[in-house]
Amino acid sequence: MLNNLILSSSVARLTDGPERKDEIDRAKSEGKDLTKEEKQRLRKEKKQQKKIKEKKDDKASQENEKEKKPVTSAAPASQPPTQPTVQKAPSAVPATAPVSVPASEASVPADKPTKTKAELKAERRARQEAERASKQSKKGETGQQAATSKPKAPPSDLQPVVKRLPEHIQVDNPDVLKKLAKKLERQQIPLRSDYGYKVSLFSHLHQYSRKAPLTQQLSIPSTVIHPAIVRLGLQYSHGIVAGSNARSVALLHAFKQVIRDYTTPQNEELSRDLVNKLKPYISFLNQCRPLSASMGNAIKYIKKEISNIPSNCKEDEAKNKLLNCIESYINEKIILAGVAIAKCAIEKQKISDGDVILVYGCSSLVNHILCKAFEKSRKFRVIVVDSRPRLEGKEALRRLVQKGISCTYVLISAVSYILPEVSKVFLGAHALLANGYVMSRVGTSQIALVAKAFNVPVLVCCETYKFCDRVQTDSFVSNELDDPDDLIVTRKGTTPLEGWENESSLRRLNLVYDVTPPDFVDLVITELGMIPCTSVPVVLRVKNVDQ
Amino acid sequence: MPGPYKETDLTERVEAFLSDLKRGGTGAGPLRGSAETARETTALLRKITAQARWSSAGDLMEIIRKDGRRMTAAQPSETTVGNMIRRVLKIIREEYARFRGSSEEADQESLHKLLTSGGLSEENFRQPFALLKSNVIEAINELLIELEGTTDNIAMQALEHIHSNEVIMTIGRSRTVEAFLKDAARTRKFHVIVAECAPFCQGHEMATNLSKAGIETTVITDAAIFAVMSRVNKVIIGTQTVLANGGLRAINGTHTLALAAKHHSTPLIICAPMFKLSPQFPNEEDTFHKFVSPHEVLPFTEGEILSKVNVHCPVFDYVPPELITLFISNIGGHAPSYIYRLMSELYHPEDHEL
Repeated sequence: MLNNLILSSSVARLTDGPERKDEIDRAKSEGKDLTKEEKQRLRKEKKQQKKIKEKKDDKASQENEKEKKPVTSAAPASQPPTQPTVQKAPSAVPATAPVSVPASEASVPADKPTKTKAELKAERRARQEAERASKQSKKGETGQQAATSKPKAPPSDLQPVVKRLPEHIQVDNPDVLKKLAKKLERQQIPLRSDYGYKVSLFSHLHQYSRKAPLTQQLSIPSTVIHPAIVRLGLQYSHGIVAGSNARSVALLHAFKQVIRDYTTPQNEELSRDLVNKLKPYISFLNQCRPLSASMGNAIKYIKKEISNIPSNCKEDEAKNKLLNCIESYINEKIILAGVAIAKCAIEKQKISDGDVILVYGCSSLVNHILCKAFEKSRKFRVIVVDSRPRLEGKEALRRLVQKGISCTYVLISAVSYILPEVSKVFLGAHALLANGYVMSRVGTSQIALVAKAFNVPVLVCCETYKFCDRVQTDSFVSNELDDPDDLIVTRKGTTPLEGWENESSLRRLNLVYDVTPPDFVDLVITELGMIPCTSVPVVLRVKNVDQ
Repeated sequence: MPGPYKETDLTERVEAFLSDLKRGGTGAGPLRGSAETARETTALLRKITAQARWSSAGDLMEIIRKDGRRMTAAQPSETTVGNMIRRVLKIIREEYARFRGSSEEADQESLHKLLTSGGLSEENFRQPFALLKSNVIEAINELLIELEGTTDNIAMQALEHIHSNEVIMTIGRSRTVEAFLKDAARTRKFHVIVAECAPFCQGHEMATNLSKAGIETTVITDAAIFAVMSRVNKVIIGTQTVLANGGLRAINGTHTLALAAKHHSTPLIICAPMFKLSPQFPNEEDTFHKFVSPHEVLPFTEGEILSKVNVHCPVFDYVPPELITLFISNIGGHAPSYIYRLMSELYHPEDHEL
């Protein structure tokens, strides 16, 4: 059976995209793990989703045509025939359902032909309800419950994983950009445009300007996006909320607010409608600033929790349940994990008396560890290394000095001067990749390199919720480009880099992240213990089995 | 004999030069490049030779040594001053030896000859020669001409080292490297990545100059040096001083750059004219490093924490010779292991300590 699974996974990786359905069918028939009913159900859902997508694209292109050119006869002709068929279908849904849906859609801005959209949604909804009703009458209630609560992956997780490349690293592909534009139009979120000349090595990434935030193009009040999310997006794009943990916690708090203000529309299920409501919010946040790995994991967790809500659950109960889930996620994965890591680091003598510890930038976890160690009256001093243009080290410096820790402050170019005095290097991480590479603020790999050359141990502190199963070997393929105007500096009255519009052969590169190879890192401290960098996929596997 | 008027004029010149040196070293980087300092030093030494009172080579060497010690003490990090003084001293020795009729080189080469000849090591340079002055001044003029042509000589070798479609990385601002790259750009197309080198950010000016010459330039922060190094074909940098062991004293951040290049097996090429070669070794801890005002790193606007924090702003970095691939100088290309030989051609061992 293991051979079959391996076969099926290799088959899945060879093909992609539209043939997904077929080969998953083939895979499922070869692997005997899923029951026949569940297979059928999955297949049907996928078919439905495909049809919905095609319909939506058709309708979107039709609406565009209506706005711009005189309509061809074929397009509107397809609309009337579908409506009578829906109404004729034996559905348990009362005829008032299509009427109530347009009422909720009335808030859609008037420049779109709202009537047709509402009608389309209504008849799609009715069709889905009809099919679900017929299926439920076949299988019975329990079958559906079992399917949603059953873990999707078999215990040996060599299931075929068909990955879609994220959009934000395919900016040089015009098809992907078109698809993104369509999706955002559908969700009524403005598209952010790139700024400035991009370095050719990074033409596959976005580069935005901080002076042109996304919120300028939103109408007030924005009816599609919850105000808490708008505020969060603005905070992200201006760097007011920065740092992996801070961004995840802010995101979860904003989602809590969204859930509190959410009311299920009639004849909708909370588990599916809320997930659909969250999708435009996530697109909006992605446009403001690309999501971090920790945010991605948090969103996956929330979506899973929401879709696991049973359909017979009352709305208040469900909302309370979700709020508690989010609270416990923040508590366990972020706050308590930080406490556990600090305890681990201090008790296992990773910070001893007389140490000179080097830190880079501002990592909330590393600052927490140092403050805790200082409270336990360890005698050490800290060297804070900082780099332009973000100068985040100043924030770390302030926090440490406030506690009373004696600090030294240098820029990253002076690191080889100061390193002979250093006994340990503590680094924070943005994400830990499955091949053992550490993704962190740009400059981290440099510090690890120089520390290795001087034989100074490098310790990375990272909570397990930041582990992700991506792999990456260099800092080019997936990164973030910050505003290039940040590099401009005025010294002694002259600003050499000004006027980039005139100099087409002068580019400025403001990278945000880089990856550190695992041979530079000596130890990773997580709440599960102290592990080497290469044990990250083991931890991910253990976590998947637990869930 | 030069009159008293000329003497005061000379001392004025020397004092002016000394105060220039003292002022030039503080603040953001050198106010003038090493080439100009070398030229001015040599011109000043020529003036001293012409106008000071001396009767024999030994007197002249004493005068030059005395003034030289003052000049190097004014700005210890400006090593070209000391280098030029040692070059002139070597010129004087050579001219004297020519007049005396024995060749300087032969005595130094063989230990046997050193023992048997007894030679110039016992010589105290007291014999006066009438034409010594004019010969020395002529030799110093030749030295000046050599100094003027160093940048062009180095730039002429550019096409031997840069091929098309390369990605070249450099750090900070070096006039030599700028001329080198501009010369290659006249006939070849390549990309240059400039690390800005905080806190002085001289890389910005370098990048603007290069892009004005039509070279495709990218400015990166110091923190991104390792991140982009995997795409770089060559690293070409300048330096402040070339040390006697083949190592460098270069602008801070160069050691990181050299380590990153070594990790990716990227060749590290130094463009340094010969007047930057100094007989110093890097183990003098207190004179090696130079620091400027920490205001550049943590400005005074951060008032509350300033008093509780130590801030360092070193200007130079030491790069060991193992990380360097090639030196390109005005007399051609050399490996770092050959530097000691060049030193013995340029300076006399007794002049290493002024």
